[in-house]
Amino acid sequence: MFQTIEIADFENLLKEKFSDKILSAETHYDVSVATIEHHSIKDVIVFLKEQGFTFLTSCHGMHFPDAKEKFGMVYHLHDMPRNLRIRLKTFTNHEPPTFPSLTDIFPSANWMEREAYDFFGFKFTGHPDLRRILNMDSLEGWPMRKEFPLEDQARFDKDDKMFGR
Amino acid sequence: MAVQTTSDIIQKEYQTLNLGPTHPATHGIFQNVLKMDGEIIVSAEPTIGYIHRAFEKLAERRPYGQITPITDRLNYCSSPINNMGWHMTVEKLAGIKLPKRVEYLRVIVMELARIADHIICNSVIGVDSGAMTGFLYVFQYREHIYEIYEELCGARLTTNIGRIGGMERDFSQTAWLKIEKLLEELPKGLKEFENLLVRNRIFMDRTIKCGPISAERALAYSFTGPNLRAAGVDYDVRVMNPYSSYEEFDFIIPIGTNGDTYDRFMVREQEMWESMSIIKQAMQKLDKLEDKTSIHADVPEFYLPPKDEVYNNMEALIYHFKIVMGETEVPKGEVYHCVEGGNGELGYYLMSDGGRTPYRLHMRRPCFIYYQAYPEMIKGAMLSDAILTMSSMNVIAGELDA
Repeated sequence: MFQTIEIADFENLLKEKFSDKILSAETHYDVSVATIEHHSIKDVIVFLKEQGFTFLTSCHGMHFPDAKEKFGMVYHLHDMPRNLRIRLKTFTNHEPPTFPSLTDIFPSANWMEREAYDFFGFKFTGHPDLRRILNMDSLEGWPMRKEFPLEDQARFDKDDKMFGR
Repeated sequence: MAVQTTSDIIQKEYQTLNLGPTHPATHGIFQNVLKMDGEIIVSAEPTIGYIHRAFEKLAERRPYGQITPITDRLNYCSSPINNMGWHMTVEKLAGIKLPKRVEYLRVIVMELARIADHIICNSVIGVDSGAMTGFLYVFQYREHIYEIYEELCGARLTTNIGRIGGMERDFSQTAWLKIEKLLEELPKGLKEFENLLVRNRIFMDRTIKCGPISAERALAYSFTGPNLRAAGVDYDVRVMNPYSSYEEFDFIIPIGTNGDTYDRFMVREQEMWESMSIIKQAMQKLDKLEDKTSIHADVPEFYLPPKDEVYNNMEALIYHFKIVMGETEVPKGEVYHCVEGGNGELGYYLMSDGGRTPYRLHMRRPCFIYYQAYPEMIKGAMLSDAILTMSSMNVIAGELDA
């Protein structure tokens, strides 16, 4: 089990400074999760870094084709001395989805954001070197988006009605 | 007319050197485009993704039980840890509580895997610095550990060990004998290996101050595992966020000071001794337990029933069908769980919409995250140091490329 910051404390901490930018705050299993308004995600992360959440565990993209806001980024932050973990989410519907880059405050965000670009086509403003990282440069499309087929795209004789998603 | 000096005539040029792509059997397929000034590295540009297999996309199409074989192929030097991490993530999502006996059995398997992983890494540091002998001394113990895996699950490298909700079968008598034999023999072999390298003048000259990273930079680059501990930060998931009853075990977290190749080597070396002590403690705890048989939690909708029950028992047949076809009710929700893998915090972020497969599975692969510090670590170093630094970081291509 993880230790996390109490959800009420977390909400107060964020609401004090970013009152209307916090869309929701809830606990998922053992981690407090806050959804942040798209434009102020970086300000919130900079603020939380000053509060002790200095370790970026991971960040990655999400895609919800049926939701109101289709594209999301998830950030896992860790305060090692107090051993608290939190998670932040932000969503946008803009195409191409654009998020602020965290490379200037977390050097480790570099490749994580390149991975999100590679698989979801997210743009990161301020990223020094936004290229594909795991896939080949000539690949068309964004593989982790839900509409990207897993099977060979040239085949039409298979359908996934029974077993696929 | 002014006199021309040699520096006017000779213009300085950097040389570009392709380090790799190397053969998969060496360290995995890596390529680094190095800019060299003589033998000094000016800058490095890693290219990765040669064995990318789209695990995250594949996982969106597979029922939960079928994702375990994918996790094998992340860090293939310690696949049981990856398997257990995945099982625990699903168990956390479904709220499954395991019997103590299963947790201890899992601890034994995970620590064996950690020893195997560290043996490979440390002996290869020896090879890359020119000491082949040590590699040959300790590699037989990795073989013994693989024989134990074979006894537990039938496979050696890609183990697919354990099931969601428990272990697939109990440890056999032979497996226990082999574990006891390993615990008896490994200290001798490891001692011999340490005598060969730890205070060896040549090895020390070669590795001390080779590829160092400060604790501050290591944290900024999100290092975890032995590489972070070598830089002097005592972060270990087993202690900070205990899983599988690790809080009951008594062990120390070895840390280094300089974060160089020698410290990384020493941290891994010490961790092997700690792992052996943990296995012994787990065996003692198992002896003390009254429960001598249970190998899984009572969760028929997740735990695949034994085959003879499937043939002879109606309920088992139904559950078998439901699990294999992915018809079990999985709760909706999102969960992050991490374990201390062979080279750092191996995390799974699992989002379930209640369907037969995960809606989204993100794997936090420690290699992928810390390998981006590699250019910074080898800047200004010699070419041969670059190779040693890479082997001491324990970068595993399978985990790097997912």
